[in-house]
Amino acid sequence: MDSKTSIIIGREYMERVSKKSFLITTILMPVLMLGLMLVPVLIAMFSESENRQLMVIDNSGKIAQKLQNTSSLTFAATDLTLDSARSLEGIDGVLFIPAEALTGQATMQIYTNGPSSMEIESVITSQVDDIVESYKLSTYGIENLDKIIESITSDVKLQSIRNDKESTESSTALSYMLGFVLTIMLYMCLLLYGQMVMTSIIEEKNNRVLEIVVSSVKPTQLMLGKICGIGLVAVTQIVIWGVLMVSMSAFLLPVLLPETMSSEMAALSEGATTASLSYDVEMLQAISMLGNVSYIIELFGLLLLFLVGGFMLYAAIYAAIGSAVDNIQDAGQLQSVVVFPIIIGVAVAMAAAADPASSLSLWTSFIPFTSPMVMMARIPFGIPAWEIVVSLVILFASFFVVVWFAAKIYRVGIFMYGKKPTFAELIKWMRYK
Amino acid sequence: MDLLTVSEVTKNYAGHTALDNVSLSVRQGSVYGLLGPNGAGKTTLIRIINHITAPDSGSVVFDGHPLTQADVAQIGYLPEERGLYKKMKVGDQAVFFARLKGLSKADATRALKEWFDRFEIGSWWNRKVEELSKGMAQKVQFIVTVLHNPKLLIFDEPFSGFDPINANLLRDEILRLRDNGSTIIFSTHNMASVEEICDDITLINNGRNILTGNVDEIRRDFSRGRYSIDFEGDSSRLASALEPVISTFSLSEAPRGRQRMDIVVRDGVDARSVIGIANETSRLAAFNETMASMNDIFINAVSKQK
Repeated sequence: MDSKTSIIIGREYMERVSKKSFLITTILMPVLMLGLMLVPVLIAMFSESENRQLMVIDNSGKIAQKLQNTSSLTFAATDLTLDSARSLEGIDGVLFIPAEALTGQATMQIYTNGPSSMEIESVITSQVDDIVESYKLSTYGIENLDKIIESITSDVKLQSIRNDKESTESSTALSYMLGFVLTIMLYMCLLLYGQMVMTSIIEEKNNRVLEIVVSSVKPTQLMLGKICGIGLVAVTQIVIWGVLMVSMSAFLLPVLLPETMSSEMAALSEGATTASLSYDVEMLQAISMLGNVSYIIELFGLLLLFLVGGFMLYAAIYAAIGSAVDNIQDAGQLQSVVVFPIIIGVAVAMAAAADPASSLSLWTSFIPFTSPMVMMARIPFGIPAWEIVVSLVILFASFFVVVWFAAKIYRVGIFMYGKKPTFAELIKWMRYK
Repeated sequence: MDLLTVSEVTKNYAGHTALDNVSLSVRQGSVYGLLGPNGAGKTTLIRIINHITAPDSGSVVFDGHPLTQADVAQIGYLPEERGLYKKMKVGDQAVFFARLKGLSKADATRALKEWFDRFEIGSWWNRKVEELSKGMAQKVQFIVTVLHNPKLLIFDEPFSGFDPINANLLRDEILRLRDNGSTIIFSTHNMASVEEICDDITLINNGRNILTGNVDEIRRDFSRGRYSIDFEGDSSRLASALEPVISTFSLSEAPRGRQRMDIVVRDGVDARSVIGIANETSRLAAFNETMASMNDIFINAVSKQK
């Protein structure tokens, strides 16, 4: 890297990092991400529906007294006829159970004042099903039926342990989620910072500061300096997020965890059977993965490598596009060259997160235009190191090829004003001396 | 000695020839005018001299050796269409451009402070460029162009955007730089300023060099046989009397109710015989040699090529 390019890099970097908006997005993004994860939980906590009163008319005579009140439903048996019950005021609805319900084949009716809800309906049908089931069992007159049933109830769990790796436990659900988050993060950085390269080139071209800069440095140096400077901004942002994430995993998580949970996690990793655990195995595994600092560091390290490679590749194309047009509106059609492969990459990455070992995931991991996204989706599952190395080598090698072509377009494009060029013209530019 | 020699440079773009076999040489320490109508190829030539684009054929020799990228540190270029980074502070920006020309941060800052003081704009150092007026930004651009004491300075329409007072200030600075040893290429449409400050010129039209040489010689050559006659009397009578000895004439108003006839005398005709004829056919008030303006020469040369 020669000194002129590094002066350009310094300017591009400082201009953006010293902006307030950079600070704000860097801090706000993790908060937003955390919020996005917490919102569904909060919604579930606060959206519990208020208690509803149901009158029950039970023609079978066996069911009504066994219905259990829940937090959202209160049952009240009544001897009223259906019509008079339905005309009552101050109740939320009437449940009618026909006598044939005990055969297990009948249809109940619920008359509600106001809309019914999925939750209410599933509570009622599952309770009635259970009641009818145990009634029918009891008609067989088997002794100690309750105990038999208790002993045959099963609750088998699945703990997933990698056979081909040293690592302790892995949580498939968490890997999926991490893959998803990392892919989205990478995707956003590629688009956001790639477009930043493009708009900044268009701006330089429009206010003609470019004419002054190129009298001191080669257009290619300016282009490379811009790409690297803006790339460094992206790296800075990811590093800050990585540090936040690592310190959360190293310091915050151990403090926040309940004592029983951390001791059970320790027991689990020492090979304790799942029967003795009071928490869900999947959740314990997920949390111990999150608390694995070296794993998190490794993830962010790889994210950085793929971000840098992917960004440079796409930013070079964005730079060529930016140089060729006079305003962002004109860039629209040319931009599809970049946006399509990125979106295809994200789509494949989603599929790869569901099945990281499929051949589609494997091949797209080696195509430079999709590999950053797909690899980020697959890496949390733990994939062979050679795949990562090969993918990175191809990615960086193709950057050099793409940047060479991009520079050829750039050095002509920046002096072309007026008509928006076609793809054919762009290719012609590459042949200029 | 020539600081810059451009030999037989040709540059083609898709479907049109921007420069067609153009040659010129710029003497060390002179002010060289690069003239031509819009789209003639001046900017392309300047970009080639700046090592921004490469010629398809031909060569550029700078300071005795073929031009390389390293030479741009010895060149200062003020483009016609120029801008600055709007969001950057004036001082930071000037230092940035100076460093791109190879100055260290400390040297750049020191030299810049001097220039800012000379232009009395020291208070702008910490202001953002977007707060400056166009003329103010032009001053900053000028300083950035000359700060690194380049051997060759290229000014493309340097006076556009300046009020007359600042234009004068700028002209004086340009001449001072020349006196201090810089060589200057000066591209403009303002022919009056060409007469005033250029030593040599090249006139480019449609990518070709159509006129090149010393400004005074060109004007003298062009003025040969050109006179003006101030007179009272019948202009058509005078014109018909002069017809055998002149090739063209044009009439205009002269001061104090007189008329003026601008004439071009035929080759080999003595001016005294023309005076004699004029004196006989009218009341002759004045007879003068006319010095062609660069404006006339420009228009004449360009329209002749069509």
